[in-house]
Amino acid sequence: METTETKTQVQAAAPATPKPAAVKPAPKPAAPTAPAENEVKPIEVEPSALRKEMERLKAEDMDFLECLTGVDWMEEGLGCIYTLTSTSTGKVVHVKTATLDRENPLLPSVSDLWAVANIYEREVFDFYGIRFTGHPDMRRVFLREDWVGYPFRKDDETEKNNPLRMTNEPLADDTEELVLNADGTVTSKRNTIFADGDYVVNIGPQHPSTHGVLHFRVALEGETIKKIDPILGYIHRGIEKIDESLTYPQTLALTDRMDYLGAMQNRHALCMCIEKALGVEVSDRVKVIRTMMDELQRIDSHILFFSCLAQDLGATTAFLYGFRDREKILDIFEETCGGRLILNYNTIGGVMHDLHPNFVPRVKELIPYLRNSLKELHALFTGNVIFQNRAKGVGVLTKEQAISYGCTGGTGRAAGWHNDLRKTRPYAAYDRVKFNEVVREGGDSFDRYMIRMDEILESLSILEQLVDNIPEGSIQEKMKPIIKVPEGTYYSAVEGSRGIFGVMLISKGDKSPYRLHYRSTGLPLVAAMDTLCSGSMLADLITIGGTVDYIVPDVDR
Amino acid sequence: MAITKKPVIKNIPYEEFKDNETFEKLVAELNQNGTNVIVSTLDDLINWGRSNSLWPLTFATSCCGIEFMAVCAARHDIARFGFEVTRNSPRQADVILVSGTITTKMAPVLKRLYDQMADPKYVVAVGGCAISGGPFTKSYHVVMGVDKIIPVDVYVPGCPPRPESFLYGMMQLQRKVKAENFFGTTNRKEKDPYEAEMETKNEQLLNQQEEA
Amino acid sequence: MFDFKIVTEWLHGALTGIMPEWAAILTESVLVALAVITLYAVFAIILIYMERKVCAFFQCRLGPNRVGKWGLLQVFCDVFKMLTKEIINLRNTDMFLHNLAPFLVVTASMVTFACLPWNRGAQMIDFNVGLFFILAASSVGVVGILLAGWSSNNKYSLIGAMRSGAQIISYELSIGMTMLTMICLTGTMSIQGIVEQQYAEGWNIFRGHIPAVIAFLIYLIAGNAECNRGPFDLPECESELTAGYHTEYSGMHFGYYYLAEYLNLFICAGIATLVFLGGWAPLHIAGLDGFNNVMDFIPGAVWFIGKTFFVVFLLMWMRWTFPRLRIDQILALEWKYLVPISMLNLVLMALLVAFGLHF
Repeated sequence: METTETKTQVQAAAPATPKPAAVKPAPKPAAPTAPAENEVKPIEVEPSALRKEMERLKAEDMDFLECLTGVDWMEEGLGCIYTLTSTSTGKVVHVKTATLDRENPLLPSVSDLWAVANIYEREVFDFYGIRFTGHPDMRRVFLREDWVGYPFRKDDETEKNNPLRMTNEPLADDTEELVLNADGTVTSKRNTIFADGDYVVNIGPQHPSTHGVLHFRVALEGETIKKIDPILGYIHRGIEKIDESLTYPQTLALTDRMDYLGAMQNRHALCMCIEKALGVEVSDRVKVIRTMMDELQRIDSHILFFSCLAQDLGATTAFLYGFRDREKILDIFEETCGGRLILNYNTIGGVMHDLHPNFVPRVKELIPYLRNSLKELHALFTGNVIFQNRAKGVGVLTKEQAISYGCTGGTGRAAGWHNDLRKTRPYAAYDRVKFNEVVREGGDSFDRYMIRMDEILESLSILEQLVDNIPEGSIQEKMKPIIKVPEGTYYSAVEGSRGIFGVMLISKGDKSPYRLHYRSTGLPLVAAMDTLCSGSMLADLITIGGTVDYIVPDVDR
Repeated sequence: MAITKKPVIKNIPYEEFKDNETFEKLVAELNQNGTNVIVSTLDDLINWGRSNSLWPLTFATSCCGIEFMAVCAARHDIARFGFEVTRNSPRQADVILVSGTITTKMAPVLKRLYDQMADPKYVVAVGGCAISGGPFTKSYHVVMGVDKIIPVDVYVPGCPPRPESFLYGMMQLQRKVKAENFFGTTNRKEKDPYEAEMETKNEQLLNQQEEA
Repeated sequence: MFDFKIVTEWLHGALTGIMPEWAAILTESVLVALAVITLYAVFAIILIYMERKVCAFFQCRLGPNRVGKWGLLQVFCDVFKMLTKEIINLRNTDMFLHNLAPFLVVTASMVTFACLPWNRGAQMIDFNVGLFFILAASSVGVVGILLAGWSSNNKYSLIGAMRSGAQIISYELSIGMTMLTMICLTGTMSIQGIVEQQYAEGWNIFRGHIPAVIAFLIYLIAGNAECNRGPFDLPECESELTAGYHTEYSGMHFGYYYLAEYLNLFICAGIATLVFLGGWAPLHIAGLDGFNNVMDFIPGAVWFIGKTFFVVFLLMWMRWTFPRLRIDQILALEWKYLVPISMLNLVLMALLVAFGLHF
């Protein structure tokens, strides 16, 4: 039961193409596509058979667990939808499972098949109370350990059970594992996270270089890191839950506030998902505008990445140079969208405003300017021997690990994994521009850094190709005043600034979504931190955290 | 006593500040009992120092934090006002800029950070989330405004506020600092909201015990 | 050149005229102490202002410009603020050590500060092992840092202090070695002696040419590390340890660390000036007597302070350009590169002196 028919072409390391002069002519406006183009029809599996099915799929080369969505179907039970992707063929499979037991829901864990499932399953446990047998670390991940109830269940009275607690949060040093015995009984076992003799240092939640309020509990041996336990949720705002009570246009507002350095791309993903579910085809002009905005946002994000990394490593001057250049991009955003950071630009079926008359000249000015100042940034920071010593060989992630942990974006590409959605499943106007997917092989911090710096150049070349070829057309399709998405399950993803940003939308035909799940780009990166950092020095934690480039509000949602 | 304290902020005339009424009310409240001339001159000197050297704590939870970085960067340059010495340790900071959403999990941490700061300390609530919960008022995990946990001196609205409004907010804070008295009186009339709540709870408990 | 001894001798004469010898010396000591403390404060203010402006210009910013012309009064604001800030006493800490630590740091840097040769005859402490005394006195500071880390009962502070201890004690070795190299050249450890010699024969960095230049570079690196300044600011490394060993200090206690950091920078530059760049000795070029005479008219204090601020500027430049090193890299740099190089350099200098190859 193969489901999506997304076009996939795995991009081999593209040879450096000469700067393309002409752009492919835009395809003719397609006839109104059939509704629900990206509707997914998951394979439905009983919980008892899930483990076997997943093992079969894993053996069939479905090696990337892209997304795991917990859902409360009420009378149909509590369960999950697994989105699996094959990195070699690009095939996507959705698997759905549900258990009817609301009191003590149990599902088999797949965390030994895909490393990232560890944190995804903890998330599902946190929100829905589904416990996974065989999962080594069944703790809450976002909410406090003394939280009562499971907020995403439709019948949970969260506010009533959880008044504002001003006591310090309890942090357990051991955790529970449920073991499913051969005879079907379930026994509980305690696993130790930190032993009594460990020297545990808390990095965060208020710490200058965790990029927000992330909390790492770090066990140290001298200056060497023995183990890291990330504690999340200090900026968990329950956006997915709020979305369930908002109308579709209202849900758009919150995507900008998740990964605020990928505001355009996040909103693009959600708009695309809803548009495809409605069967709306946006005009060519909108597609090109969205592509350009996505790329500007990507440059913005990567420059900020550079600045923050430099700041974390103590090179304050490089930080300010980065911000100087970033302001130029913000100027462009500001003229067209009105905002600097939260842009609210994409809408369902189009964009909010037409481009400002200054947009094209400003972008044309920006391209050579940034190419020049990139050289300056490289001269200031990249070539510095101290930086090279601190980044090279630090925090190596192999390709297998990157796939297993689902570390998409620059982090995955630094390890040699071709995962750029703009190449593998082109959307918007990406199929008509020429650019290289930047891939490196080393997988260390320096590679992760260079990937992002090189991607700025690629993004500039995309902008260069599009800036003179913005087609005429309407900027907003006619939409009904109240948007109701037909019943079904929909999934679409874009290449965000730091990886695949996916939207899983389950609709029951209402004016607000039944369940809206975002595949966070940062959560897998944070989950991989323990693997990345073990055995490194404390100072490397800063380098690694800086180069994997997670945004905490995007991790916590 | 007439209100004599009209703090001067360089380059912005007093009249051009918004909401001078609230400010004048505050000044009147602070100077209710009148002040000694010598003490008030010394006060002015110290306040001049304090208001021009408000070192912020690097504290950012989300989007507004990025705008705070932009304020520190070259174009807006908060260093002009002498605020660029951001301290990472709350012990050494003078003002905490609560930039970003405060969730219920973060609330005790924020409270603790505030308690760790050395007096005199100030709080600026930056952005919609910190003021009232912003777009997340429907959430089960967001504190609807930091003033529920710690007393706030200045509110800077916006989502996120523009760097200019950051600077304007900081100037308003400077005016507030300049209006305060260093010697003799307590400046903070408003009670710590959390402590006030705890006090009422304790009182209730005591009353219950007495009745029993 | 103007000899400051005239002033001191006149003062001594005047005082002994009106009071007994012991009282005169006591009064003089108090006056000198006051002078040191005032100078200390004045230089701290100048340095902090300079740091903020220099860093702003490196970063295409303006820096403080609201209080006073060009923000000149900015640091005074900070001082008023710092003085009125609450000093927090912590539970579960060793109160005595916790309060003692900042004073140790500030005392160490003050004693070292007092050794600097400001002008001919204007020096508070001068005896035959002056350089040795400077090295010894400046090492007391690390005790303060270690105590601060230990007594704060905070893991960040402890890690910061341990790093600081490892770093400072290691780099002390390089500093000692470079000093030894230069003493080899000068043949005296007396501070005035070293400067007088340079006044007569030219600055040491020119006299000792190759080994002296190597020693100067090593001294700049090691001195920067001694001051815990970037790229060696690991002990207070903001992005890892929030504020390192002084995380738990507030108010003026923190102010002392802040002061000591900048004064240590000045002292480090001052010693470089004293040993390598001729102290208060003006620039003389052999053969150009007219030029030399003009140079002699500029007071020694101006020469000394000017040269010191030049070195301070170099150190600031370093700080605002480079990213921070990692602790193992810092120690590797010292033990694998700087120590062997400075040892070889010492041998080279000894040969130079033995064969009379210096100027």
